Amino acid sequence: MSVKKLEMVFLSLCASMLLVFLLALFYSAYGMGMHLPGVEGTLDPREVRQTAPFDEPGLREVGEGQYEAVFLGMAWAFQPREITVPAGSEVTFIATATDVIHGFHVEGTRVNFMLIPGQVARQTYTFREPGEHLIICHEYCGAGHHLMYARVIVE
Amino acid sequence: MNASTMNAPVVDSPDGFHLSDGHRRVIAWMIYLGFAALAIGIINGLGQALNYARVDILQYFPGMRDYYQGLTVHGVVNAIVFTFAFTNGFLALTTSRALARPLSLAALWVVFGLMVAGFVLAGFSIGTGRATVLYTFYSPLQAHWSFYLGLVLLVVSTWVTAGILFAALAGWRKENPGKRIPLMAYISVATYGMWVLASLGIAVSTVGILLPWSLGLTQTVDPLLTRTLFWFSGHPIVYFWLLPAYVSWYVMVPRHAGGKLFSDPLTRVVFIMFLLLSIPTGFHHQYTDPGISGGMKAIHAGLTFGVFFPSLVTAFSVMYALEIGGRRRGGSGLVNWFAKLDWKNPALVAQLLAMLSFTLGGATGLINASYNLNQAIHNTAWVPGHFHMTVGSAVTMSFFGIAYWLVPYLTRRELVGKGMAILSSWVYFIGVLVMARGLISGGLDGMPRRTLIMEAPYSKEGWELAGLLTGLGGTLMFIGGALFFAVLAGTVLFGKKTDGEEDIPFTVTHEAPAETGWEVKLDRFRYWVVAAVILVLIAYGPFFASYLPGAFTSPPYRFF
Repeated sequence: MSVKKLEMVFLSLCASMLLVFLLALFYSAYGMGMHLPGVEGTLDPREVRQTAPFDEPGLREVGEGQYEAVFLGMAWAFQPREITVPAGSEVTFIATATDVIHGFHVEGTRVNFMLIPGQVARQTYTFREPGEHLIICHEYCGAGHHLMYARVIVE
Repeated sequence: MNASTMNAPVVDSPDGFHLSDGHRRVIAWMIYLGFAALAIGIINGLGQALNYARVDILQYFPGMRDYYQGLTVHGVVNAIVFTFAFTNGFLALTTSRALARPLSLAALWVVFGLMVAGFVLAGFSIGTGRATVLYTFYSPLQAHWSFYLGLVLLVVSTWVTAGILFAALAGWRKENPGKRIPLMAYISVATYGMWVLASLGIAVSTVGILLPWSLGLTQTVDPLLTRTLFWFSGHPIVYFWLLPAYVSWYVMVPRHAGGKLFSDPLTRVVFIMFLLLSIPTGFHHQYTDPGISGGMKAIHAGLTFGVFFPSLVTAFSVMYALEIGGRRRGGSGLVNWFAKLDWKNPALVAQLLAMLSFTLGGATGLINASYNLNQAIHNTAWVPGHFHMTVGSAVTMSFFGIAYWLVPYLTRRELVGKGMAILSSWVYFIGVLVMARGLISGGLDGMPRRTLIMEAPYSKEGWELAGLLTGLGGTLMFIGGALFFAVLAGTVLFGKKTDGEEDIPFTVTHEAPAETGWEVKLDRFRYWVVAAVILVLIAYGPFFASYLPGAFTSPPYRFF
């Protein structure tokens, strides 16, 4: 085979590979509902503690096996520090930051988003197995960044 | 194939070029500045890597207040000062040589002066603990104004270099109407064209928003807006790091390997694809950001997969060029030619290992770009695992390899310590693979990046081994780096003087640039820049149209 032909074969294979990967990703997002955080609302970060739902951070049951977990990220803690839900619960995390940018990663799950002052982040996840997950602030937020974490306990 | 194929040159006047002592001196100083920055960065890098292994050496660093200050130094000097300084010098040389034209000496010294001033300002603010904001400087963490001003000067140094290169090209075209641009100049200028457009985001963010805010002229800032402007430049900057290495892989490595580059037109197409697709991809760094719609993120995901393509073309072209060399040296079979390459040439060895590391860096990068899959690894240690196999080795080791001929060329001295140079590459290469293995496995187990892990009150199974490998690999990289600096210093100080009339190494192409047909349009940079701007408008327009004037509601914080 000539070099030009070999090259065409190689590049066609590469392009097909990228296309298949991309289609699989879009299927997982739009077919299976695994969405990224999007536009969920804004607020004035200077008045976050007077703005619902962040005036009352914590866990509340909103339906049969369905919860809303409202979190605030601040230097250098999450509020609340811990939530406990039964296995099988569908939890919608609603969170923002009071000061600088923080991160919010429930390790072991795909709940992973940024807390940006002024922006509301929201993501839903079903905890099927009992166990414990760390919530880690994974964006540098000052000298005590490594002290900032919380827990999800699934019973 | 017409008669113009076979062994076409990549430069104007391939038979000889005289670079004045003045030009050699200014370019050498740029390269030295870059490597001096890298030396500082690598020393701090050792501290970062050992943090994951729970070994604290940062406390012995003079003037170092905490881990995050060291991390800021590491990022700024390695990713900005080192890469900018090296590239400003290296691509000025390749353009000057390819067009066989001297560049303005005064303007080159201005570039050097801007870089020194930027380095000093940023260094002052970081060194005195006034700017522990990491190299991403996300607001509303607020650094001292001298930090932002330092960054601005460093970016301006690349713009002045771009101006010098564009002026040289325009002058050459005037004297050579209708001639195709020599390939080595084409790819050098395309790199700067891409970066000038890409750097507008960071320029608007620092000059327009952060600098006045840090001076107290404005009170509040919009964190999502400045973050988005950062990533507008922050993804294409990785191609500004990478493309100078590609310049070397395309037109110099084939020469080191005794092969030749196959296709001139395909090489131009690759660089045009980078010009078009590098910028409209920034949202893939913001997949997990609230406030940007999923649809826009999906468009950026598609374009990011698109910009992966020219790297796959590169894999084919460069491998084929190497194969020609390997077979000429008696290699045969499917893979044996690779072993037959000249593994005793330090410039080649460094860059071959850089390429191997880049295959893993590219694959992990594609995973990062993979839309919702990104949530599995976003901001975990996986990410530095990935980029130490791209900028931290593919680029850095390529620059080591280039330095092994460039510094002797500029100083008219022989390389000192060839064996040590080869050893340096192997140690650094093995080190980066071990470290990346640690960071990547730790990241998959949820270990965060940019975190003082050794003092974190939380931990998880798997982090200990990950941390040990990170520390071990980082130590090897440090040793590899130290060996490189020994070779560099030895060459500059003690290298045997040569007559210094040897040319820089460049290859020939099997397929020459066509004088007629569609290929000629590749040289019309103006049209390609317009096309790039249109793509940027499609990718970023809807976001800015719906988001501006933005929400300037965050007061400044100095949590350091």
